[in-house]
Amino acid sequence: MVRDALGVGVAVGLSGFAFGVTSAGGGLGIWQTCALSLLVFTGASQFALVGALAAGGNPLTAAAGAFFLGVRNAFYGLRLSQLLALPRAIRPFAAHWVIDETTAVTLAQPGRRSARLGFAVTGLSLYLLWNLTTWLGAAGAEALGDTAAWGLDAAGPAVFLALLAPMLRTATERAVAALAVVLGLGLLPVLPTGVPVLAAALAAPAVLLLKGAGPRKSVRGDKDKRDRQAEQAAREQREAGEKEDR
Amino acid sequence: MNIWIAIAVTAAGCYLVKLAGLLVPAGVLERPLVQRLAALLPVALLAALTAQQTFAAGQSLTLDARVAGVAAAGVALLCRAPFLLVVAAAVLVTAGVRALGG
Repeated sequence: MVRDALGVGVAVGLSGFAFGVTSAGGGLGIWQTCALSLLVFTGASQFALVGALAAGGNPLTAAAGAFFLGVRNAFYGLRLSQLLALPRAIRPFAAHWVIDETTAVTLAQPGRRSARLGFAVTGLSLYLLWNLTTWLGAAGAEALGDTAAWGLDAAGPAVFLALLAPMLRTATERAVAALAVVLGLGLLPVLPTGVPVLAAALAAPAVLLLKGAGPRKSVRGDKDKRDRQAEQAAREQREAGEKEDR
Repeated sequence: MNIWIAIAVTAAGCYLVKLAGLLVPAGVLERPLVQRLAALLPVALLAALTAQQTFAAGQSLTLDARVAGVAAAGVALLCRAPFLLVVAAAVLVTAGVRALGG
């Protein structure tokens, strides 16, 4: 667990630095960059926001793209609230730390006590590290001068690609990604800056819809419903078994 | 000022979705369709963002040193390189190609 925690720490520290550099290179001030890491504290959304602002996007369109990337945290919170069973008064404070990394560490813990400890320790240490390295990156970027000459404008898309790669497990995810690339690039010249990314988000429901209307159509109905219920039951059983194993 | 507005709106929005997950009753977010969409939404957004930040120059598309850098990151990912190396590959290759006049 210590090695995992160290690995997570190094990755987060590095992306914090990359974020600080990218944000400052994109024209945000050092205070604005630090405010983002302090108040938003969810990496992909922050990168998306500064990228959209640097491209000259409308602030609300830019914020919308960042917001949609942050929606996944609600689903992390759902898993965590069952596991941590936090008192209602604590939840508004714990919420700020509900991100990819804290969820991964917390879900890997064997019981409620260690889950709470894992969440608190990961949350606090990553929060400190993320904000420290953001500041270092933003301050460093000012010292570097022209960030493009150093190739730092490639850090943002590389971070996105690294986040995306492990998600491309099945044909569905790959189809969504491919359609999103086509929409995002194809609409870029015709729609206002920032809007094409939001339009590309439609690739997700579009592919789900096409899949639903595809070869599975013939098995729709009661049988399909029963299958799904059986699947759900099997999954719940497996998960329960896993919990006992731990 | 515009930037501060964007920061405030993003901070509020991102905090509220995090809080929603902790407060909302489990049943609402546990419907299979909602879960599928939530898993696919970041895939679509990240793919579009990667492509745009690699090929966009303002409102038009262009091929420059970033393409080589992001391609290097892709190769590093295929080789299962750690995060650090992936980003470093992108930055170094982009800087190298630019230094060579690309």
